[in-house]
Amino acid sequence: MDQLLQHILNALVLGGTYALLGIGLTLIFGIMNVVNFTHGALYTFGGYAMYLAAVALGLNFFVALPVAVVAGLLLGAFIEFTLLRPLRRSDIDTTMLVMIGAGIIMQSGTLWIFGGVAKAVPTPFPAQPLVIGPVSLSYVNLFVLGSAIALIAITYFTINGTRLGRAMRATFQDHDTAALMGVNVSLIYTATFAIGSALAAAAGALLGPVYVVTPQMGELAAVKAFAIVILGGLGSISGATIGGFILAFAEELGAGYISSGYRDAMGFLIIIAVLLVKPTGLFARAERIG
Amino acid sequence: MMISRRTTLAALAFSLLAGTALAADTIKIGVNEPLTGAFAASGTYVVNGARIAADEINANGGVLGKKIELVIEDNKSNPTEAASVAEKLITSDKVPVLMGSWGSSLTLATMPKLEEYQVPMLVETSSSGKITTSGNPFIFRISPPSSVEADAFEPIAKKLGLKKVDFLVINNDWGRGAAADFSKMLKANGVEVGLTETMDQSAQDMSAQLSKLKASDADTIMVTSAVDQLTLLFKQMAALGLKKRVITTGGSQNPDQIIAQAGPAADNTMHLTTFLPWWPEKTPNPEATAYFLGEWKKRGFDFAGATESFRGYDGIRTVAAAIAAGGGTDSASIQKGFWKVDMVGLNGPIKFAKSGPAGKESGQSKPNVYLIEITDGKVKQVQLGG
Repeated sequence: MDQLLQHILNALVLGGTYALLGIGLTLIFGIMNVVNFTHGALYTFGGYAMYLAAVALGLNFFVALPVAVVAGLLLGAFIEFTLLRPLRRSDIDTTMLVMIGAGIIMQSGTLWIFGGVAKAVPTPFPAQPLVIGPVSLSYVNLFVLGSAIALIAITYFTINGTRLGRAMRATFQDHDTAALMGVNVSLIYTATFAIGSALAAAAGALLGPVYVVTPQMGELAAVKAFAIVILGGLGSISGATIGGFILAFAEELGAGYISSGYRDAMGFLIIIAVLLVKPTGLFARAERIG
Repeated sequence: MMISRRTTLAALAFSLLAGTALAADTIKIGVNEPLTGAFAASGTYVVNGARIAADEINANGGVLGKKIELVIEDNKSNPTEAASVAEKLITSDKVPVLMGSWGSSLTLATMPKLEEYQVPMLVETSSSGKITTSGNPFIFRISPPSSVEADAFEPIAKKLGLKKVDFLVINNDWGRGAAADFSKMLKANGVEVGLTETMDQSAQDMSAQLSKLKASDADTIMVTSAVDQLTLLFKQMAALGLKKRVITTGGSQNPDQIIAQAGPAADNTMHLTTFLPWWPEKTPNPEATAYFLGEWKKRGFDFAGATESFRGYDGIRTVAAAIAAGGGTDSASIQKGFWKVDMVGLNGPIKFAKSGPAGKESGQSKPNVYLIEITDGKVKQVQLGG
């Protein structure tokens, strides 16, 4: 029973970061219909931005974190402006290939600049864990979970409660009509891609200090992000959030009670099962009509 | 006219090729190591050690009157890449001998290529038993197979009074091999063996496995993995409040890096290693150790890497000794030369004994194994013989 409680706690912490990874990707796909193959590279970028800000520049941990997120926001806006905007009218295959290329350039660039050896980012949190009865949790993980929930809530509010969000939703429903109604569609696309990128960078900046920062850290993260988005339904923010937690629980309980060797397979088994029953994902949003 | 011009061109091209062959008065050694991916830290350390050896050998006049040249390739910690890197080094760079490939799964993947092209390889790090027992006569290994590590650990297992041991190992030939060999030795000594949990080589979150191990009734956890994953593991053990005895195997721990990155989480852990750079005077070849450590420091490398990089240094020196002993720069002479090697490396005597099925034996040198413990952020040796 104690072991189960600990597994549930671990899965909650892991699920928060998975959800954060998923919503950045699903947001961009939902509104822009762009499969963002630079998502993993942006996650890595967030990790290195955190490393540069906290270690190379010596900034306080809590100052370095927003710096890394804003750096991700700016990089996202730059990618949208230079790569996606000129390709707005081209077909999805062209965009996809350009994004795959951009992802490879970013990963190789990181390797070229920083080398292949992992970098550690120190955290100001105590090494001693927080012990509550039979379970324990490190303070840094608690902070990561809190930050992830806060970022997800902010994103949700931005989409559903602000003028920008209303314009984004209008663009998602029908970008021609939205443009006719006076929405600056180009600006909405830039903002969407920048927000999605900032979320990926935030995940990297939060998890970099928990683990280590390497040029390949984005590969596994991107695979998980795609899995979460497919599980939750393309374009659905609440779907990606719940999908992130489902994947985390599947991995944690699968490794704990079935076999740790198949830990990464558990998540994908669930996805195959979901796709067989509901091919559009658990929380698919209605496709645009007309 | 046309024909003669083509002939002239062909002749020109041929002489250019012949010219490069003549001008290249070096002996190439292919180095197949993981410089990116999960084992980037370890592979980079080994390559830096190899460079020190190559420079030292060349400064002393080279081998057979020729300089040696390292051709270094990155196998990306990926077995498929390791095999294609070996093929590229052999067919395109024309190296007559290789050193590699760090991990057991990486080395096992390159072994068929060695047989295909009849090129010998010095194995500097891998510890899976299969490498020297599967009948590949091109393999010469200076690192200990995990059964040798397990035997060296036997007296200490009794002394520590281990009752029940769980394993947490990297999910590849290295980790699973270590779990099998140590389980066998422990069971033979009346120690109970409990869970064997595995982790993917690139996994960063091991809390599921650790929560399970925390709930088990074993007193000791034996862990097999490399430095980056071990660092994460110790931090996550501390976060879960897991306070059992931890002993790591495999010799790729680089304890000072763990101390620097995991801090107090690394205290009271024990590590089986093959080099003691903390006490150069106690090593089997103090003079060479002092030279190596001096050169390592002069090049600005982190001391933490010395426990791993010495294998690259010993490896290249062994290859050079094999070239000298074989008397030729072709693969067949070097393969014969390996059997004549008799030298003292940083870890002790290097001399290959036959291992594996008769007629197709691999070479296995018997290295020393040491046990160290981290206490209050410091490394201290634990006597094995006791």
